[in-house]
Amino acid sequence: MKLLNQAIEKDQSGYVRLVPEEPEDMWHIYNLIQKGDQLQASTIRGVKSESSTGSVTTDRIRVKLTISIEDVFFDVQAGALRINGRNIAENRHVGIGQYHTLDLEMNQPFTLSKREWDLISLQRIKDASDITKQADVAAVTMHEGLAVICLLTQYMTVVRQRIEVAIPRKRKGSTSNYEKGLERFYDQVCRAIKQHIDFNVVKVVILGSPGFVRDQFFDYMMAQAIKTEDKILMENKAKFLRVHTSSGHKGALEEVMRDPQIKARLADTKSTQEVKAMDDFYQMLNNNPDRAFYGYEDVRKAADNGAIGTLMVTDELFRAADIQTRRKYINLVEDSKATNANVLVFSSLHVSGEQLQQLTGVAAILNFPLVIDSDAEYSSSDDDDARKAPGEDEDIDIV
Amino acid sequence: MLFETIYQIIQSLFIFGSSLCLAAYPAVSILLSKLPKVPVILIFAHLFLLAPISSFCLPTLVVFDQAPAAAVSKPAAAASKTTVGPAVKGLDQLKISNANSAGNSDSNASRPQSQQGLSSTPGTGTATPTDSGTPLVKTKRRIDVAAEYAKHQRDRDTINLVVVGHVDAGKSTLMGHLLYALGQVNERTMRKFERDAEKIGKGSFAYAWVLDETEEERSRGVTMDVATSSFATKNRKFTLLDSPGHRDFVPNMISGASRADVAVLVVDASTGEFESGFDGNGQTREHAILIRSLGVRQLVVAVNKLDCVDWSQGRYADILDRLLAFLTGCGYLREDVRFVPVSGLKGTNLVRRIDDNGDSAAPDELRSWYVDETDATQGKPRAGPCLVDLLDTFTMPERPVSKAFRLAVTDFFRGGTFGSSNSVSVSGRIAQGHVQVGERVVVVPGGATGVVRSIDVDYVSEEWAVAGDSVVLMIQEVDMQQFSIGSVVCAGPPAKPIAAVQRFEAQLVVFDPQVPITNGFPALMHIQSLNVPVVVHKIIETLDQRTGEVVKRRPRHIRKGATARVEIRSETPVCLEVFKESKELGRVMLRKNGETIAAGIVTQLFSK
Repeated sequence: MKLLNQAIEKDQSGYVRLVPEEPEDMWHIYNLIQKGDQLQASTIRGVKSESSTGSVTTDRIRVKLTISIEDVFFDVQAGALRINGRNIAENRHVGIGQYHTLDLEMNQPFTLSKREWDLISLQRIKDASDITKQADVAAVTMHEGLAVICLLTQYMTVVRQRIEVAIPRKRKGSTSNYEKGLERFYDQVCRAIKQHIDFNVVKVVILGSPGFVRDQFFDYMMAQAIKTEDKILMENKAKFLRVHTSSGHKGALEEVMRDPQIKARLADTKSTQEVKAMDDFYQMLNNNPDRAFYGYEDVRKAADNGAIGTLMVTDELFRAADIQTRRKYINLVEDSKATNANVLVFSSLHVSGEQLQQLTGVAAILNFPLVIDSDAEYSSSDDDDARKAPGEDEDIDIV
Repeated sequence: MLFETIYQIIQSLFIFGSSLCLAAYPAVSILLSKLPKVPVILIFAHLFLLAPISSFCLPTLVVFDQAPAAAVSKPAAAASKTTVGPAVKGLDQLKISNANSAGNSDSNASRPQSQQGLSSTPGTGTATPTDSGTPLVKTKRRIDVAAEYAKHQRDRDTINLVVVGHVDAGKSTLMGHLLYALGQVNERTMRKFERDAEKIGKGSFAYAWVLDETEEERSRGVTMDVATSSFATKNRKFTLLDSPGHRDFVPNMISGASRADVAVLVVDASTGEFESGFDGNGQTREHAILIRSLGVRQLVVAVNKLDCVDWSQGRYADILDRLLAFLTGCGYLREDVRFVPVSGLKGTNLVRRIDDNGDSAAPDELRSWYVDETDATQGKPRAGPCLVDLLDTFTMPERPVSKAFRLAVTDFFRGGTFGSSNSVSVSGRIAQGHVQVGERVVVVPGGATGVVRSIDVDYVSEEWAVAGDSVVLMIQEVDMQQFSIGSVVCAGPPAKPIAAVQRFEAQLVVFDPQVPITNGFPALMHIQSLNVPVVVHKIIETLDQRTGEVVKRRPRHIRKGATARVEIRSETPVCLEVFKESKELGRVMLRKNGETIAAGIVTQLFSK
């Protein structure tokens, strides 16, 4: 993303002028814009003109519109951002108050004005316009019958394709069903890899699986490449890294990030850093539960006591439509920064971000143990179904 | 009775006569064409010859209609039916169940009811059979499976045995050798295995090749997926499930263990090997805990490879003590755990006691201390029991035959014996209830209904099967897309099928996870042969294991060794039963990053 111009007043209002250059920038912009902000961009409007004879014709005209944002939709797969809002600037073709949906275009500049620029948004602009590019990584997690092909960028993990095939198991006397089914599965995965992975952009292709699946698959793929004389695969053979994971589900990506050879290659990518932070948090929770908190109330108390060493939040929290909620988290971040805490904003598109989101979205590792009232229940906002008291359970006898 | 036989005779005469005419028809028509062409004669001749065919059809329909009524009054009418059998079969498709249901409702007084468990009388206006069984599609006599089972229980009852243990403990070799010794594998095949194994440098794996049949497994010398086989001892019949020991294949092992009633735990007695299997990272512990969580109560521990430590009694006793302490700590009862020293490779103490004549491989070191104190003949105590002796004494588990039919699908593939066009073969173990050929079934999730065309129990074709049997059902009228691992085949209407839910409550026992279970904890849930990503959405309360009292409401996380009630949410619908209703279908296992973190039972299902 290119930052063309930035003007922010003392009262935190102001505008920035940006040019998105790649799909990941769309993700950044998605996190930046909020309902109520103003966006000025060049877009195409269908304008109806009525001629003297009464016939109505619609022309598609390129206009520069300023809209007050009401609704945003981000399509991760396509990398498309659609913003809906009301026109607020005087315009020849479009009246004030009329609704328009903008499809934000790549390599076209736009201006975003906010009433209040918080430090999270400013940080994001800085991160996005940082020109040091990290390698794009492709990862395939698989086990027999399931393969998930993902593309990992700095901020996004996008599932490109998910292949799920029922492979018949080996039966007494006949293993041909199994072997044929397995071959068909490998064939599908091969095709998907060739289709979705652009070997020019991707530096590393990770094959993660339990057992021997990755080795079997790699051998099969290379044998196929030689048979069909597929130059692309043969040239990029060295880019394939085989890693052991415990399953073929998407969640296994987290284990991939912990593998030493991957860590070495992708040391400073956001995903590995996030995974490490989550690991540290869980270790702390295991060893010293009074130093690992999650949930807004607990972390807030920790922040009030100035105890936070590392604060982890997901960017999902800042996309909340309700300004009160956003304010609350922004304050939490600002207060932590004031006490010199390390603040990490997890991308909700990464596996570790999803994990953190499941954990309520905010967690903290404290510098010193803090005892919160032990009788206090973990309060959550979701409704409890009417539940009868646990009755006489049958002989459970598990361990 | 007499009327029937006269009718049969007339019927057969008609068929005989008409087939003669049919056979003669071509010859006669050629002959007729040689004659001067007088059209009238020709027409009459042709009609005369074809007439018998129409008359042939009529009597068969009449007999067909009467067949069910005949069946009611004289069960042996099935024998008489077979005389018309070949001719009638082609017309089966025309006559659908109405005749049969009418027959059924008539017969209620005379025949015992077949149970269908959950279903209540539908109360609809149509002529639904009041014995509350699903009407069979084929016009067959409905078999009272419960009664048949009671009659043939001794012949049909099989115990499902799973073999578990740390990788390279010798499970496949032990079982392969056992099958060979019991005569399940012929000499030629065994020699072939030995030759081929020697060729690729895996000579010692020859016996394992009986069970490890895929290329990959043989070349690597590793079992990767559960192999099924069957054998019989003096008093019992077994379905054998040989599971993999490698930690990456635990999901497959769980799939096998969930189909088992009893287990054999194999441990390697070699120096250092037992220790590595038994410590934290080994599978000896994990497997023992897993099978206990899956409901296995009876266990035989085969202490294998004792020949590598010269059949040392000290080593055997040491292993016995340590394992017994661990197993009783897991919850096994002392009397349900038996130990036996064996050598899978040499074949020692497998099918014959070591003091039996003719067992030349019996080592003196073992003979000296392995004795059965209770059994003394001629003043000298007999040698201790061999593996097969111990297998023979497993108690038969209770089979819930009277509950509604449920089969958890372990595997499915296209085709079967009766033509492969639109039929799917489904294999698995019947969790509860019973099924017979011709019965209508429902596949959950999805709700597609189909008909059972054939049943194979342990590779033998049968008319019916009950809970506990490992079967392959061929189901027609359901597209293969409707099935997936984790589907459950249930009895058709009016029985209520199993529920497929995305949200449910479970009571879990937490083992020793690397990271503690928090609210919103993602993990992999294993049910039968299925594993799905789930989230432990909410920890409701932790409980005291012994008393069941609430220790803490809404804790932040569950510590290791604790019991807790949690709410679990899954991305895709899973078929579950509350544990109180069904022990087989109400167990869940949670794993993460290659280790088992918790196991439990389902306590409540939520519909949304």
